Amino acid sequence: MSAWQSALDAAGPQAERIARLWWVFLAVCAAVYALVIGFLFAALARRRGDPAPRPADAEATASPTSDRGLTRAVATATAATALILFILLVASVGTGKALSEHGDPNALYIELTGHQWWWQATYQDPSPSQQFETANEIHIPVGRPVIFILTSSDVIHSFWVPNLSGKIDLIPTHRNTIWIRADKPGVYRGQCAEFCGLQHANMALRVVAESPTQFEAWRRAQVEPAPAPDTPDKQHGQQVFTSLPCAMCHTIRGTGAGGRTAPDLTHLATRSTIAAGILPNTRGHLAGWILDAQGVKPGAAMPPNVLPPDDLQSLLDYLGSLQ
Amino acid sequence: MSAERPHITDEDALRETAALREVWAEPTGIVGFFSNVSHTAIGLRYVVTALVFFLLGGIEALLMRIQLARPENRFLGPDQYNQIFTVHGSTMMFLFAVPVMEGMAVYLIPLMVGTRNVAFPRLNAFGYYMFLCGGLMVYAFFFINAGPDAGWFAYTPLSGPQYSPGKRVDVWAQMITFTEVSALAVATELIVTILKMRAPGMSLNRMPLYVWSMLVQSFMVIFAMPAVIVCTTLLILDRLVGTHFFNPAEGGDPLLWQHLFWFFGHPEVYLIFIPALGFVSTIVGTFSRRRVFGYMPLVLSLVATAFLGFGLWVHHMFATGIPQLGESYFTAASMMIAIPSGVQIFCWLGTLWTGRLRFKTPLLFVLGFVAIFVIGGLSGVMLASVPIDLQVHDTFFVVAHFHYVLIGGAVFPLFGAFFFWFPKATGRMMDDRLGRVTFWLLFVGFNLTFFPMHQLGLRGMPRRVYTYPAEMGWGPLNLLATVGAFVMAVAVVLFLVNAAMSLRAGVVAGRDPWAGETLEWSIPSPTPEYGFLFLPTVSGRSAMWDARPDQPVVTGLRNDRREILVTNTVEATPHHREVLPGPTIWPFASAVTLCALLVASIFSPRAVPWLVLPVGISLLGWFWPRGKPPVPAPEEHRVRARPPRLSADTP
Repeated sequence: MSAWQSALDAAGPQAERIARLWWVFLAVCAAVYALVIGFLFAALARRRGDPAPRPADAEATASPTSDRGLTRAVATATAATALILFILLVASVGTGKALSEHGDPNALYIELTGHQWWWQATYQDPSPSQQFETANEIHIPVGRPVIFILTSSDVIHSFWVPNLSGKIDLIPTHRNTIWIRADKPGVYRGQCAEFCGLQHANMALRVVAESPTQFEAWRRAQVEPAPAPDTPDKQHGQQVFTSLPCAMCHTIRGTGAGGRTAPDLTHLATRSTIAAGILPNTRGHLAGWILDAQGVKPGAAMPPNVLPPDDLQSLLDYLGSLQ
Repeated sequence: MSAERPHITDEDALRETAALREVWAEPTGIVGFFSNVSHTAIGLRYVVTALVFFLLGGIEALLMRIQLARPENRFLGPDQYNQIFTVHGSTMMFLFAVPVMEGMAVYLIPLMVGTRNVAFPRLNAFGYYMFLCGGLMVYAFFFINAGPDAGWFAYTPLSGPQYSPGKRVDVWAQMITFTEVSALAVATELIVTILKMRAPGMSLNRMPLYVWSMLVQSFMVIFAMPAVIVCTTLLILDRLVGTHFFNPAEGGDPLLWQHLFWFFGHPEVYLIFIPALGFVSTIVGTFSRRRVFGYMPLVLSLVATAFLGFGLWVHHMFATGIPQLGESYFTAASMMIAIPSGVQIFCWLGTLWTGRLRFKTPLLFVLGFVAIFVIGGLSGVMLASVPIDLQVHDTFFVVAHFHYVLIGGAVFPLFGAFFFWFPKATGRMMDDRLGRVTFWLLFVGFNLTFFPMHQLGLRGMPRRVYTYPAEMGWGPLNLLATVGAFVMAVAVVLFLVNAAMSLRAGVVAGRDPWAGETLEWSIPSPTPEYGFLFLPTVSGRSAMWDARPDQPVVTGLRNDRREILVTNTVEATPHHREVLPGPTIWPFASAVTLCALLVASIFSPRAVPWLVLPVGISLLGWFWPRGKPPVPAPEEHRVRARPPRLSADTP
């Protein structure tokens, strides 16, 4: 797998262009730094052993001839600085222009809404029946541009998946857009980059880039409502879910649970993490999260729950079946 | 020595000393302590208070570094961490960096321009107490777990009433109000001091570079502060009286905050950095034993930096979705700032190249400044590029960048300046060997702490996270940064030990231990309460080095009241005499009552009408006309003051 969340290990054209620009800047800046420090050391070495230091006075000013040389040197260095900056500016603006053009009418549109502290992704489609919602784990097809339309429901967040692209803010009542494309299949981690309160550190997401056929299969499954519970135990679990406060915030399509303030759990079992990319989606972590979310992510909106062991096991069975 | 000029005899000098000592005496006792309006006392209080805040901010930094030393650490919780990084940033920017630069200037500027106090000495005292009150208020709330927690730039809507209930952000916003008042007070008095109170002969083109840097900085304060006054006032209105300037749900706009804040916030960085450039020029010149090369380009660079500094605030906002044309403009503007910075570096390199160097501690700190600041400048060029910025914005790369610029660009020169002017303020030298050790520890510790952060940012670590998962692989570099932070802490402790020891037992400095270039080195150390026995005159760009053996001094000022000479703005020819006000408790009383009003207004709007009363009474006490009008009648002063008799001094 590619380096986890690194801006320099590009998996798509956006991050790649930026990484290339970065190396150009780094090389130029390193050369400039070497020159400046070289001159500094030369200047220090030059006069270190002056045998006859005189007290400072007006005559101590270096001779006018050497100052004329200095004037020329400083003017040359300044002109070189301006020239180098201009070249870097052109390179930067050129890259910026390339970043904003994708030129593919066949792009996939995803609306991404930031919440304290999780990501709500709504896959757009011309036909409303093909739209669906998921959270914190975004599947995309390799090789096809994806356009994100970004906004926030509360404070400012920032969407950043370094392996794929630079960041862009999610601002309430504003709608920003960014496009990305993954050229290599893989899982790319990202996290919120604008300080957004108590759990800013724990607001991560995953972008899963997969082949178009795999993506299509995943998409079809996501459009479907949740599978009906097929054992009495899971049926009990569903009942626990809908009768407890869970349903007031969470949606499971195909059941009575239709809360809109927390992640859609219709296909929870297909996701690899819970709690916005913080915990692996295992039975044990899920149980811990349900009982005491505040212990994991203090300040999150998920309240602590007190459940009899049987109810908890049934609930976990049911949630684990939400393929 | 020309025959027609009278000599000042030793008797004259003794008589004058006794008279000045009496009329400029600093008041004693507790009331006297708070009534003092001397620029040396207020300047030192600024510096010492700011250093205390520097230590507090440093302790907060260490706490954060301990928390981040390893992944999933539980040393601090998220709420503590968020308060600590907010208070750290606010302290370092508003309670340390700007005030310490102001304090140094309040102490040094009157001496460098050759006068006896700042213009408006009472305003000066008032400004200091406002700053002190603001700092004490923030820490009082911080210690009862009600410290601000929305970051030092407090983006709305996170800092708005809905997402930051309670009083935490109000405390932050009021602290900004306190520091605004203090910074504006200092800026005003420095501009007037510099433009109207220079020694005869010190025309604008002979002003020391440090004085130029403070003049430029003071004008920047006056243009930058209104933006932050507007934005914190609007925020307080949103929070306390229910307006909706930044509330998107009611048609307000959260981005408005960012524009207003950064229109102030970017120049704010230069408010810290430009005075440091003045220190660098002074130290480079003195320790190269030649005039700094390129006076005119250096001055123009300062002015250019100040102008450009107001045109690039949007580079803090590239990720908010700015149109591409706008982004390109701000990229170009941000890169352009590298040109005046480059010119200055080149001029100093040229000075070092042709100078005969003395490797004392102040020069070491300046050399460290070059090595560090240039890295910060170059990473600034990288950040000016929108595509690169979109990757590293709000990551540890930016944390590295601004610490390179601020610690490298301002704190290193500041420490150099402490070593340099310590003898003037205390009469004793700081220990040079201990100073070198301090320098090397600080230099190595600094780079250990902040260089790895560039790498962390590129590898995806956002700033302001209180924890990170082990799988990210950020642990080792973070541990390295933490080790570096403790090395820096040792260096700071060593500096304090050095200062404390030198204060008691340092080598006695005398007037001019460094063979300095500027006027403050012509007077005894520590600075007498009246400053100059006779106000000096200047006959060249380097006041001390260009002084003739019979350099005249100003006589003819009355020594039975606090009289100083006012000169013309450009040529510094004598214009008239002016009487400066003496000590009084009222500025202190005004600051305390105004502080009470501002703090109480956080809790109830009713505090404003009630507490306006004591504030008004204090101000009445302050401005109540007493005795004779301080300015002589026009015809009288014209006769007496034009021209003041210039006579030769016996050295």
